[in-house]
Amino acid sequence: MNQIEQLEAHSVHILREAYREFKNLAMLWSIGKDSTVLLWLARKAFLGHVPLPLVHIDTHYKIPEMIDYRDNLAKELKLNLVYGENPEALNNKQTFPDGNVDRLTCCKLLKSEALKHTLSGEWPRYRYDHKKDKYVVDENKEPYTGVIVGVRADEEGSRSKERYFSPRDKANDWDVGDQPPEFWNQYKTDFAPGTHVRIHPLLDWTELNIWEYIYKENIPVTSLYLDRGEGTRYRSLGCYPCTDPVESTAKNIEEIIEELRSGKFVNVAERSGRAQDKDDSGGLETLRRDGYM
Amino acid sequence: MNIVVVGHVDHGKSTVIGRLLADTNSLPEGKLEQVKATCAKNAKPFEYAFLLDALKDEQSQGITIDSARCFFKTKKRDYIIIDAPGHIEFLKNMVTGAAHAEAAFLVIDAKEGIRENSKRHGYLVSLLGIDQVVVLVNKLDLVDYDKGVFDKIKEEYTAFLRELKVEPISFVPVSAFYGDNIAERSKNTPWYKGGTVLDELDALKKQAIAENLPFRFPVQDIYKFTQENDDRRIVAGTVESGSIKRGDKVTFLPSYKESTVKSVEAFNVPEKETAAAGEAIGFTLSTQVYIRPGELMVKSRDLMPKVSSRFKANIFWVGRDPLVKDKKYKLKLAAMRTTVKLVDIINVLDASELSTVSNKEQVDRHDVAECVFEAARPIAFDLVSDVETMGRIVIVDNYEIAGGGIILESLTSEDSILKKHIEEREYLWEKGAVSADERETKFGHKSKFIVFTGCEEGTEQKVREIAKAAEEYLFKNKYKVYYLGLSSFLRGIDSDGKDREEHIRRLGELARIFTDSGQIFITTVYGLYDYEVEKLKLLNKPNEILVINVGDSNFHKFKVNARLSKDDSTGAAIKKVLSLLKKEEIIIEYYL
Repeated sequence: MNQIEQLEAHSVHILREAYREFKNLAMLWSIGKDSTVLLWLARKAFLGHVPLPLVHIDTHYKIPEMIDYRDNLAKELKLNLVYGENPEALNNKQTFPDGNVDRLTCCKLLKSEALKHTLSGEWPRYRYDHKKDKYVVDENKEPYTGVIVGVRADEEGSRSKERYFSPRDKANDWDVGDQPPEFWNQYKTDFAPGTHVRIHPLLDWTELNIWEYIYKENIPVTSLYLDRGEGTRYRSLGCYPCTDPVESTAKNIEEIIEELRSGKFVNVAERSGRAQDKDDSGGLETLRRDGYM
Repeated sequence: MNIVVVGHVDHGKSTVIGRLLADTNSLPEGKLEQVKATCAKNAKPFEYAFLLDALKDEQSQGITIDSARCFFKTKKRDYIIIDAPGHIEFLKNMVTGAAHAEAAFLVIDAKEGIRENSKRHGYLVSLLGIDQVVVLVNKLDLVDYDKGVFDKIKEEYTAFLRELKVEPISFVPVSAFYGDNIAERSKNTPWYKGGTVLDELDALKKQAIAENLPFRFPVQDIYKFTQENDDRRIVAGTVESGSIKRGDKVTFLPSYKESTVKSVEAFNVPEKETAAAGEAIGFTLSTQVYIRPGELMVKSRDLMPKVSSRFKANIFWVGRDPLVKDKKYKLKLAAMRTTVKLVDIINVLDASELSTVSNKEQVDRHDVAECVFEAARPIAFDLVSDVETMGRIVIVDNYEIAGGGIILESLTSEDSILKKHIEEREYLWEKGAVSADERETKFGHKSKFIVFTGCEEGTEQKVREIAKAAEEYLFKNKYKVYYLGLSSFLRGIDSDGKDREEHIRRLGELARIFTDSGQIFITTVYGLYDYEVEKLKLLNKPNEILVINVGDSNFHKFKVNARLSKDDSTGAAIKKVLSLLKKEEIIIEYYL
């Protein structure tokens, strides 16, 4: 088995472990390349099926093509797609683009808070109804006890210390100093009532591995990642006010791989286009302790 | 390839990695400058370790708290380097980091020499099954690059590792801070002829894929996505060792059920004929067998694993509370989970001195101990010396993984915890004024525990119907008889029962009381296995048990007293039951 095959097998093992152990399991889908690989790995694990809900946190500042791509793929693969949001912050314009809060607070409100309350079921969840072809309020308000997230250890410092199965306490907090042990292929699958576990099947993948896998499996990704003639492309997707495209002429997946392997991005961090990281001197740690992905 | 860097606190593990990343141009652009600038701003001397100790707490305390992964690439291959903390408080994080590694770099401070955790980590590395160890004697600048210091540490530590049967690949003299012998040979150590850290890294051997070992496939789950028009019944999991092909005969353990591989299933790949070690895969079987997740699928012609509920293991304990006897823990071995109890502590090892203490009553945090465990039911495993990954266990205490270990020996369960319990119970059983013989004479029949079972989907209702019909017949014919329904039991006496093992235990104890009162006690238990019926039998002692099965059964060796077809009418079934009761001399004659 080569490296990519080993990574795939390990991720599939983790996904199956999560599916077996967590009754209320969901997968976060940010629409980016990592969570799309995660979706593909779920199809590998469950032999073509995706037997769990995909949860998207909509900040309403996502690049519009991302939402189109999300809805199209949901229809095509008949996905059980659910989205959540922070209605209060959006209504009261407590956002960075509205000029009322700084970037970190905006991230905390539109992402961390929305995520926390969507997972717990306290705030409305909207489920895509395939028959009606529209989003309806989800009847299911049960908290998700297992949440699959596509973070990678190579993205930044605090993510490099994550566990594959990482507990969050009742307040959604991450206790970085006291994480559970993980021996061999045994993970933390037992958890106290009221707590939940984040599951990270992509922890050992690098950005390059992700693109190599997308290429090998021919996984459909949004064209935002490619140069469409303007000499720029997105390397990492997020909200448009805080995410800048990078200068690149990579027009297909092979060219992206080349850029990462030996080209211009060989030693440039992926999240360099993300403004909120720079505002947090501890990397993403402050945000992540509060429940950010 | 995954590499772990271990050693005593402050011996410079993070610095070694930081320097390795910096000297091989593996850092993100600007990272080195950024960390240097932060240090200058806070008037702190720059350290390479800061590159790794990314978490805020770590930078302020200057120690590594958790294992971090670093992605690193040489001309030869890709690496994930795991920086493990050296502080004793974070031993569980060190073990977590090391458990995913194929080789270990053990760092020893030349000036401080071999310390407690140099030894403890060396021991744990060997326990975790890492057989490639490279020792880095660090901070050589502090002893003026003295060959004598290096040689002395080399000699002492080699002797220590030899006791653990570990043969280190090499010892490298380094000063990570100055980059001596990290990526380039140092002029300061002209007496050293070996390779640099980078050379040693690339010289490590990739772990041999366990394809030549017996086939082991822990069943992680059984999938059927009928709602999505998929009729495949897929046995899913990851192949731990060996290989298998379509048409091979397989046995599931511990149930001993057999079938044949009908197909190898995977998504978005060309049709597969075979599967081998490392693959996360699925199979369909040619016959419908009733198995549960946690069973071990093996090739029927391969060397069989051990099947036993007692075993001896070497364990390391990282739980907050000590490991004690008479407490229930959760045992995980590959895909299997069950309840386990500590039976005996053979000895507790002081990992830093390799001396043993044999009279401890509990295993404390950070202890390494040789212990005997007993699982609540037989489990399938291999000794760690046969198939390494199938001899690895973890123990969960109160939601947390508290210990891990390796199985050294399979023990017979001659003197099980249950047998001991029953001996004690019977010894102290307080008899009433009426003897069993007197009851038998008065009631006109013997007491009996009759269990109806079956394992086929959709037969549950049938099994209950027959059991109730038997109760009705016996009652009408003046027998002292009582049928206990499953839901009455579950909602009542078993309402706080946590698992099936406890369910079986309570039922057995209840049967002991009913049969002691001279009655015929009838109940149903769905999908009984050999070991469960043996338990019921033991618990009901000294009275007798009859087992009647409807349709397919989960039994392997156990011989049931009567076998009914699921297609029998209740009338025909009850006839067979009554003829059995007559044969067993519980009733004299019967009329329907």
